[in-house]
Amino acid sequence: MRTLRSRLVRAGLALAGVAALASPACGRQPTETIKIGHYASLTGSEATFGKSTDNGIRLAVDEVNAKGGVTIAGKTYKIELVSDDTEGKPEKAGTVVTKLITKDKVKAVLGEVASSVSLQGAPVCQAYGVPMITPSSTNYTVTQKGNMIFRVCFIDPFQGFACAKFAKDELKLTKAAILFDQAAAYSVGLKDEFIKHFKSMGGTIVSEQAYTKGASDFNAQLTRIRETNPEVIFIPGYYSDVAKISIQARKLGMTMPLLGGDGWDSEELAKNAGEAIDGCFYSNHYAPDQPTEAIQTFVSKYQQRFGGIPDGLAALGYDAANVLFDAMARAKSHSGKDLRDAIAATKNFKAVTGTITINDQRDAVKPAVIVERKGGKWAFRAAIEPQR
Amino acid sequence: MSHETPPTPGLVSSLVRGYMPFVVAVGVAIVMQVVVRPNVDPYPAKLLLDIGINCILAVSLTMVNGFTGQFSMGHAGFMAVGGYASGAITYYTSMRVWGAGEARGGVLSGMLGGEGLPWLTVGDGLFLFSLIVGGVVAAGLGYLVGLPSLRLKGDYLAIVTLGFGEIVRVVIQQTSPVLTSAEEVRQATILQLPTHVGGSLGFSGIPYYTGLFWVYLGVCVTLIVAFRLKTSTFGRAFLSIRNDEIAAEAMGVNTTRYKVWAFVIAAFFAGIAGGLFSHTLGVGLSPEAAGFLRSFDVIIMVVLGGLGSISGAVAAAIIVTLLPEWLRGVAEYRMIIYALALILIMIFRPKGLFGVREVWDRATWAWLSRRKSGTGARGGARE
Repeated sequence: MRTLRSRLVRAGLALAGVAALASPACGRQPTETIKIGHYASLTGSEATFGKSTDNGIRLAVDEVNAKGGVTIAGKTYKIELVSDDTEGKPEKAGTVVTKLITKDKVKAVLGEVASSVSLQGAPVCQAYGVPMITPSSTNYTVTQKGNMIFRVCFIDPFQGFACAKFAKDELKLTKAAILFDQAAAYSVGLKDEFIKHFKSMGGTIVSEQAYTKGASDFNAQLTRIRETNPEVIFIPGYYSDVAKISIQARKLGMTMPLLGGDGWDSEELAKNAGEAIDGCFYSNHYAPDQPTEAIQTFVSKYQQRFGGIPDGLAALGYDAANVLFDAMARAKSHSGKDLRDAIAATKNFKAVTGTITINDQRDAVKPAVIVERKGGKWAFRAAIEPQR
Repeated sequence: MSHETPPTPGLVSSLVRGYMPFVVAVGVAIVMQVVVRPNVDPYPAKLLLDIGINCILAVSLTMVNGFTGQFSMGHAGFMAVGGYASGAITYYTSMRVWGAGEARGGVLSGMLGGEGLPWLTVGDGLFLFSLIVGGVVAAGLGYLVGLPSLRLKGDYLAIVTLGFGEIVRVVIQQTSPVLTSAEEVRQATILQLPTHVGGSLGFSGIPYYTGLFWVYLGVCVTLIVAFRLKTSTFGRAFLSIRNDEIAAEAMGVNTTRYKVWAFVIAAFFAGIAGGLFSHTLGVGLSPEAAGFLRSFDVIIMVVLGGLGSISGAVAAAIIVTLLPEWLRGVAEYRMIIYALALILIMIFRPKGLFGVREVWDRATWAWLSRRKSGTGARGGARE
């Protein structure tokens, strides 16, 4: 029943609202800002990773600010992004994250791409009680650093599984050789998982060769691989080395497809490798040509703002920021603990790189996609669902 | 062989000439931890810590590259060895004894909090022990590497030491993952544990003992030893090798022996710095820490400060640590400006900031003012 009193209250509220709009002192509602930090390799050998992620986050921040900001417990805040460079060095992570948290007073931290850097940034976030979401550190130990640490990407064990499943079930191949970067934990972890799953699915590993990041001659390893005659070579390395490997492999007359992980994800790879990379595959967090609505709107927005097709890291940066904003809107306050609880409660969040649910280990459960180099383009080939 | 062998100056007697400076060192270190740290923000405090560790590295390398004039490019290798050794000791001892890898330090260790704790604890004792072992392991390696390679000169020595650093890096990359459960650690034998230091992912989980007290204690001790060396008979032998190796040999200085000693002492302090580094929150000991890029960072400090100048090395360590941080405001251009600044310093001060002198030497100031009067015409016009 509508009473007179409630009607009066409504009228009063409406008047107050009009007054607030009209009064010159607050011509616009004074919104406070909340800072979020991003630590990334903006310079150094993996600079494109940091730059893409930063672009993705920036896009998300601008969008949320254009909508008026984030409402936390009834109060609206604008988001301000502070990005700082780690040069891709693990030993810089502590200083950079300490700066973000204590000098810039950020409420949440996003980053890093490389697992080895995230592993050092995470304990600092944990020590200061500030939640951290890594967009793309796939090493499974990162989120074990504490209950404040989350991620929005899949983990290496799953990526290794996805590659193995794709090679075995989609490509119907049974003889694989491996060429991995012994200097990168990412590469070693991916290699171990691939071997485990590929063998359990009935495949055989005919050769296992190692190289070190930044090497320029892979002929010795490739020749040894060629002798064993594999049907596919799994190369869980980074794009700069993979380009050289693919060219040298083709020169040795090796025509079998190469298969890799998300370390391949850079426009530089196709630019440097050219035709050598045709008919190769890698597992990634998303494919820009996958015909879903979320992906297509993201790609067109990104192209408008920065030009160029967004890579997986840009999409993950965008998703990490949006998962954070979604959690902020649900959080009881902007304290580290309440934000943490809200992030942990993320369920079926519709993100660009798939539907994200944060599990008990604070990892995202989501599918991987396999893309194929075809006709001078990376094209969506298959989606591999997580093991339930 | 010369019939009049000069008396061999003892190293220990040169270094332990009076304990007062060491007492002052402990005092300074306590002030840094108890007075300075709680009263500055964590970010400047972290920078102070970085400066301290870089000081130890730069001053210790000064003993080889500066005093003795040998060009070592493998300093980061010794640092990494010390870091891994001491990290493995504290981590695995804590896991075995207490079943968890966390730090159990008192007020004098760590960078966070510390209220209501005793000043020093058993954990601190373990940490100090591990630091010294780390230093000794690095020094031992310095001896092994130094003995054959220090017969080489100039570029050849530089290449051998560069190779040493890379060997350390590659060996560490081959190690197995860190054991994270107390169960596994107790089952492993003592000989297995040093192989479980994380491989290429880096050794994470090392307890965070390092605080301003330990770092500045290390800095002070390194400085005392460096100064005493420079002014002792023992250190004079180092300097004679730098100035003229043939003349030094003709005067009866056993050059190889002194070069090895310089290497060993420098490696010891590099190992200590590595131990401090590995127990710092958010630093991360990875095989890259042994790589040549890290060695170059230290060489930059030593050359920038002036080869042979201890205070120069300290000043350069401060500049090299702070400059990139100050430049954070200019984002992408940061590393370009940093590199440019280094180039400009070397153009205007080709012998480094202080040359071979110390900052308080009269000659340094005479040199500086002479420099100024050289451009006096413009300076006068301005006045």
